[in-house]
Amino acid sequence: MNKENLDLKVEIGGVVLKNPVTVASGTFGSGREFAEFIDLNQLGAVTVKGVSSVPWKGNPSPRIAETYGGMLNSVGLQNPGVEEFIKNDIPFLREFDTKIIVNIAGKTIEEYCDVAEKLSHADIDLIELNISCPNVKEGGVAFGTDAKMAKEVTKEVKRHSKHPVIVKLSPNVTDITEIAKAVVEGGADGLSLINTLLGMAIDIHKKRPILANTVGGFSGPAIKPVALRMVYQVAKAVSLPIIGMGGISTGEDAVEFILAGATAVAVGTANFRNPRATMDVLNGIKEYMMTYGIKSLDEIRGIV
Amino acid sequence: MKEIKHVTVLENQMIAPYMYSMTLQADGIAELAKPGQFVNLYCKGEARLLPRPISICEINKEEGTINLIYAVAGKGTEEFSHIEEGETIEILGPLGNGFMIDESKRRNIVVGGGVGTPPLLELVKQLKGEVDVYLGFRSYPILVEEFERLGARVHIATEDGSVDFKGNVLELMKKENVTGDIIYSCGPKPMLKAISQWAASQNIPMQVSLEERMACGIGVCVGCVCKTRKKDEEDWQHRKVCKDGPVFWSDEVIWDE
Repeated sequence: MNKENLDLKVEIGGVVLKNPVTVASGTFGSGREFAEFIDLNQLGAVTVKGVSSVPWKGNPSPRIAETYGGMLNSVGLQNPGVEEFIKNDIPFLREFDTKIIVNIAGKTIEEYCDVAEKLSHADIDLIELNISCPNVKEGGVAFGTDAKMAKEVTKEVKRHSKHPVIVKLSPNVTDITEIAKAVVEGGADGLSLINTLLGMAIDIHKKRPILANTVGGFSGPAIKPVALRMVYQVAKAVSLPIIGMGGISTGEDAVEFILAGATAVAVGTANFRNPRATMDVLNGIKEYMMTYGIKSLDEIRGIV
Repeated sequence: MKEIKHVTVLENQMIAPYMYSMTLQADGIAELAKPGQFVNLYCKGEARLLPRPISICEINKEEGTINLIYAVAGKGTEEFSHIEEGETIEILGPLGNGFMIDESKRRNIVVGGGVGTPPLLELVKQLKGEVDVYLGFRSYPILVEEFERLGARVHIATEDGSVDFKGNVLELMKKENVTGDIIYSCGPKPMLKAISQWAASQNIPMQVSLEERMACGIGVCVGCVCKTRKKDEEDWQHRKVCKDGPVFWSDEVIWDE
């Protein structure tokens, strides 16, 4: 057995990724900046930064605060809108042999559906429905923290989308399995979790919050145990494929998520510290498989 | 492919209270670097996860070295201050766009405030024509001799009056009736805002180097934005300080924050 003939293929919503490694939306742009650091052909998929039906300006600065082993952000889904995205980024990404997952954002069900519809004519592979961003006042996480609304928005977006739909779940709920089940009922083709945890940091010298938005999304290595626990719980509760994420920066981290039941894994905040983090994770998974004589990740998925 | 490099620290010493000067053997970085660009320095371990963006103070392409002057402003930069000569540090760069040097302008005004002063040294090295350097500090001026050695006329303001003019750098500029063809500036935002308003009243074009909290430094996180409006745009936009800047034309920056 050698690294080249390991079977790393995974399937989500009928789409086959050549390996289980993708990125967390918002930590990778549309891949352009990272093409200077890594070979994008090596990724199972690129998950792009959230797009909305019209351009969004996002929140005021400061938008970033470092915390112990992690960080907070309150970017607020700044993006140039779905039409600019389709025109500029899809042709770029299609030059590479990797799947394209487009994260979509909205303030109302109609806005989500509008983005999904516009993307239906675009050459992409999967939609990731973002109902879990903590940084936008309307929509976003409001859909992700209420089971009924989560089901409703999933159903409507599915109706308007030609592409399979993954729903990205918020960890800022009492019971994430309840939301996961509702989204399954809404017709989702897959789940991704977790989005950021709602957090806060205060500048004690200025005696005010560091983020202009007061609160923001907490991510990075510090959140991994919470993310892993939620992936484990959701994998036990539903049978849809899961993209696991939250604090993954090494192959060992990724293997933990796969053992907990994730089909694929996404590297997020680690990209900010190490632009080659995705490649380190992919190599780490391969080395683990070699060490334990694992031919396919199906042998270990969800066995914990 | 670009990558984070492990480089050797040649020198790292205190030059003023909380201010350190670090020289790095940065082959492959020094050759590409331009005045006004910055590098990411990384802490050891993942507790302090994010890179620290530090502006480049001097570039020596022949030796492949760069010099950084940084303030100890938190735990990350404090960690850097304890690094000894001969140790290595992780670095990525050069990052961002530097100053846009306009060689047609003969009378250059360069304005620095506090820890915003260092990137102006390499700039002054590369400017042609006359250079007046106006520097403002709370109490401890830095790099004064280095600017003088380059033949620039250096004017100093300190808030507490401990060195030369007592007051802020704009008050000093007004007192001396400074005039010129272009202003290059780096410093705290309130200073840049005040000077940019004065520059507009004098019809002097001005470039400002901005600072903002960053996560990645490579244009991906969209964390470090500033409000700008280009001349041909109706509406303002959030632009990335790391990738679209850190140097902007001052009349494009919206200073309301």
